[in-house]
Amino acid sequence: MTAILRHRLFWPVLALVLLLLSNLVFTPGFFTVELRQGHLYGSLIDILRLSSPLILVALGMTLVIATGGIDLSVGSVMAVSGALACLHISGQPDQGALSTVLTACALGVGLAILLGAWNGFLVAVVGLQPIIATLILMVAGRGLAQLITKGQIITVNSPAYRFIGAGYWLTFPFAVIIAAVVVALTVVLTRRTALGLLVEAVGGNPRASRLAGVGSRRLTWGVYAFTGLCAGIAGLMATANVSSADGNAVGNLIELNAILAVVIGGTSLAGGRFSIAGTVIGALLIQTLDTTIYTTGIPAETTQLFKALVVIVICLVQSPAFRSKVARLRRRPRPRLAAPVNAEAST
Amino acid sequence: MDRTQPILTMSGVGKRFPGVIALRDVDFRLFPGEVHALLGENGAGKSTLIKVLTGVYEIDEGSIELAGEPVLFRGPAQAQQAGVSTVYQEVNLCPNLSVAENISIGREPRRFGLIDFRRMRAHATKLLQSLGIDIDSGSPLAAHSIAVQQMVAIARAVDISAKVLILDEPTSSLDAGEVEQLFRLVRRLRDQGLAIVFVTHFLDQVYAIADRITVLRNGTLVGEYRTADLPQRDLVEKMIGQDLRTLKSLEEQRKPVLRELEAGEPLIAADQLGRSGAIAPFSLTIHKGEVVGLAGLLGSGRSELARLLFGADRADTGRLQIDGNPVTLRGPRTAMAQDVAYLSENRRADGLIDDLSVRENIILALQADRGWTRPVPRRRQDELVERYVKALHIRPADPEIPVRNLSGGNQQKVLLARWLITEPRLLILDEPTRGIDVGAKAEIQKLVVELADGGMAVLFISAELEEVLRLSHKIAVLRDRVVVAQLANTDDVDADRIMTVIASGAG
Repeated sequence: MTAILRHRLFWPVLALVLLLLSNLVFTPGFFTVELRQGHLYGSLIDILRLSSPLILVALGMTLVIATGGIDLSVGSVMAVSGALACLHISGQPDQGALSTVLTACALGVGLAILLGAWNGFLVAVVGLQPIIATLILMVAGRGLAQLITKGQIITVNSPAYRFIGAGYWLTFPFAVIIAAVVVALTVVLTRRTALGLLVEAVGGNPRASRLAGVGSRRLTWGVYAFTGLCAGIAGLMATANVSSADGNAVGNLIELNAILAVVIGGTSLAGGRFSIAGTVIGALLIQTLDTTIYTTGIPAETTQLFKALVVIVICLVQSPAFRSKVARLRRRPRPRLAAPVNAEAST
Repeated sequence: MDRTQPILTMSGVGKRFPGVIALRDVDFRLFPGEVHALLGENGAGKSTLIKVLTGVYEIDEGSIELAGEPVLFRGPAQAQQAGVSTVYQEVNLCPNLSVAENISIGREPRRFGLIDFRRMRAHATKLLQSLGIDIDSGSPLAAHSIAVQQMVAIARAVDISAKVLILDEPTSSLDAGEVEQLFRLVRRLRDQGLAIVFVTHFLDQVYAIADRITVLRNGTLVGEYRTADLPQRDLVEKMIGQDLRTLKSLEEQRKPVLRELEAGEPLIAADQLGRSGAIAPFSLTIHKGEVVGLAGLLGSGRSELARLLFGADRADTGRLQIDGNPVTLRGPRTAMAQDVAYLSENRRADGLIDDLSVRENIILALQADRGWTRPVPRRRQDELVERYVKALHIRPADPEIPVRNLSGGNQQKVLLARWLITEPRLLILDEPTRGIDVGAKAEIQKLVVELADGGMAVLFISAELEEVLRLSHKIAVLRDRVVVAQLANTDDVDADRIMTVIASGAG
C-alpha cells in the first residue's frame, strides 16, 4: 500500500479519478460508452479526443522542460502549421484528394519542425534564455499565421482533412490514435535508447553533463525541433476538427495548459527527471476539468476562476511539502513521545 | 544548575534516508558547563545528529530529553524557543542590518506598536558587554570580521535563553587569532553553565577547548571520552577505524623508476600549450604507467592546466600530441575519443547529476561517448556498475538510489567509477580526495597506484603535498598560473623542497 502511495503518479491519477467520479453527480450517464455505427461514443471518448492536441503539445513540452528549458511558442507553431496546411488545401481543385491532404500535412508539420529548430538554434547555439528565445516565436508566430491566412479564416471543404481531427478509425477517434502512436513512439525513443538518460542529465546538471561528454547542444536543438513537430501535428488536429484555420484562435494559450500538464505529471520545471505517463495524465486531467466545468453548467463568467481554484487544489494535493505540513498539523494534538529505549543495549 | 545531571540526553537515535541509514542507535549526552566535541569523518552522521536534535529532520527511532523532559522539536525555531540554539559555519544573519537589530530580530522591543530602537540598542550593548564583545551595537554587522559576526550570532542565541548551544564548524573560515577570540567567548559561556556542542574537523582545536568528546563513525556511536584521557593518535584511530593501515602499506610500495617509464614515446605531450588568463604556456609529457603530480596553491592554475588537456577549455597557444599525433581538443568529446578522462575538482557543480541514480551517474560518460542511439544494454550496465560498486566499496551498494543520498566520499567514488568504465588511457584526477574521509582517501590513493601499475597514465592534482609526493613519479609545480618547475620524485624531494619551489618560484 505504501508503495502505491509513494509512486510518483499516485496523486495525479487520484486527482483524475476523483474528477471523473465527480461528474457522475451532474451527468448520470457520464461513464457510458456506446458503440454506434462502429464508432465509440460517450463523454470519456470525447475527453480523450479533445485532449489529443494538448497531449501532443505537452509531450514535446515535457522533453524541453526536462532539459531545463521551456517553449512558449507551441501555440503559435500550431497556428502556423494549421494555417499552412489549410492554405494549401484551399488552393487545390480537389480539396478532398488524399495526396493533397498528405502534402498539406507534410508542409504544415515540416514548417513546424523548422520553427522548432529555430528555437533550438537560439537556445543551444546562440545561448538565449529559453523563455526569451521562444517568446520571440510566440509573438512572431501569430504574425506568421496571420500572414499565411491573410488575416482571414481559411475554411476548407475536405473530408479527408477533417478526418484527422474528427474522424474515426477502428472505432476510435483518429486524433486519439495519432496521439497514442506519437506518445508510444516517444516513450520508445527516450526509454529504449539512451536519449531519456542524456536529456535528464543535461537538465539535471548541464555543466557536469558537458564534462561527461554529453553533446548537449545537439540534444537541446533536437528536443526543440521535436516540440515543433508535436505542436505541428497538434495544429493539424485542431484545424481539421473545425475544417478551418484561424491564425488567432488556434492553440491560443495552449502553452500554459501544456506546462501545467507537465508539472501536474511530476516533471520539475527545474529540469532533470521527466515522466511522459505523468504528462499524459496531466493533460487528461486538464481536459476533464474543462469538460466538467462545461457540463456542470457553471456560469460562463466564472469558469476561469473555478478552473484556477481546482488547479490550485490539485497542485497543493500533489506537493509533498504541502502534504507533510497537513500531516504534521493533524498530528499536533498528540505529540509523539519517546519510544521506549533500552539504554544498556545501545552501548 | 546541577552540573552532574545531563541537560540533554539523546538515546537510541536512528535516522534513515531512502537507501541510507544515517544514524543507528546513537546515544549522546551533554552536561551543563561543558564543551563537548562531536567528531567523525564525513558521512559519520554528525550533521544528521544535530539536525535530528533541532527538528530539521524527523527522528525515526529513539528519544530526546532536554532537562529531563522528553522533547520533539518540529523545527529549529521551536528548538531555539526551548533553549537549543545552533550557530552555523555560514553566519545566518543580515549583514546590512545593525548588530543590535540582528540580535533582536523577530522579537524587537516595542513602544506604541513601533520598534523601540533606543531600548533595543541598550539591550544589545549590555548583552555584548556581558559577553566581553567590545563592539558598537549600532554599527552594521557587515563592518565586522566573520569571527565577530559569529560571536554576534552566538550572542543572539544566548539572548534567546539558550541552555544548549551548538556550534557547527564555527572556525572553518577563521584565522588563528580569531579562533582564540571565539574560544574566549566559548569558555566564558561554558563557565556560566551553558552546554556547548562543538563540531569541527580541526583536532588541535578539540584539544584546546573540549572537555569531552563523542566520536561517530558510519552513523554509529564509537564512544564518549574525556579529552584528557584520549591521546590524539587514539582519537584519529577511533574516527577512521582500521583504515590507517592501508595508508601505511602504500608507503612501503616501491615505485617504478622514472627513467624506465620515460624511455618510451609519451602518451600525451603538451608543447607550449596555454590559454591566456588561465594558464601560461607550458610543456608537459605524460607516459604510459606514469603518475604526474601537480603541486601548487589554490588558484595557481592546476585545474586550468588539466582542463586544457581534457578540452574542457580550448587552448589558444601551443600544440598537443597524443600518441605522437597532433590533436586539437575542441571539447570534452574529442578528448574522450582519445581515451582521456577528467574527474573534475568540484563534485557538485561539475560532476554529479543529483537527480539521477548511482547507476545512471556511473554509466553517463560511457553512454555519452557511445551516443544516444547505442544504449548500453541494461544487463551490461548492471554488470559494470556491480563490478565497480564492489571494487571501489561504494556504500550503500544499491545502485538504484539517487546519488545525492550518498556521502561525499562515496559520491567521489561514483564519479571515479564513471571514468574508469570508459577505460581511459590518461586519467586526470583533480582533487579526488578533497573533503572525503581518510578511509576513502586511502582507497583512492591505492587505486591510483594500481591503475598506474596496470599501464594507465595519471595526472594527479591535490592541494595536499604529502599525497602528491606519495603517488607521483614526476611533479610539476605551479605558481601564479605558471609551471615553474618539474621534478623527478626522487628520495631527496620532500614537502619542504616543493614548498620552497612554490615560495621562490624556482626549481
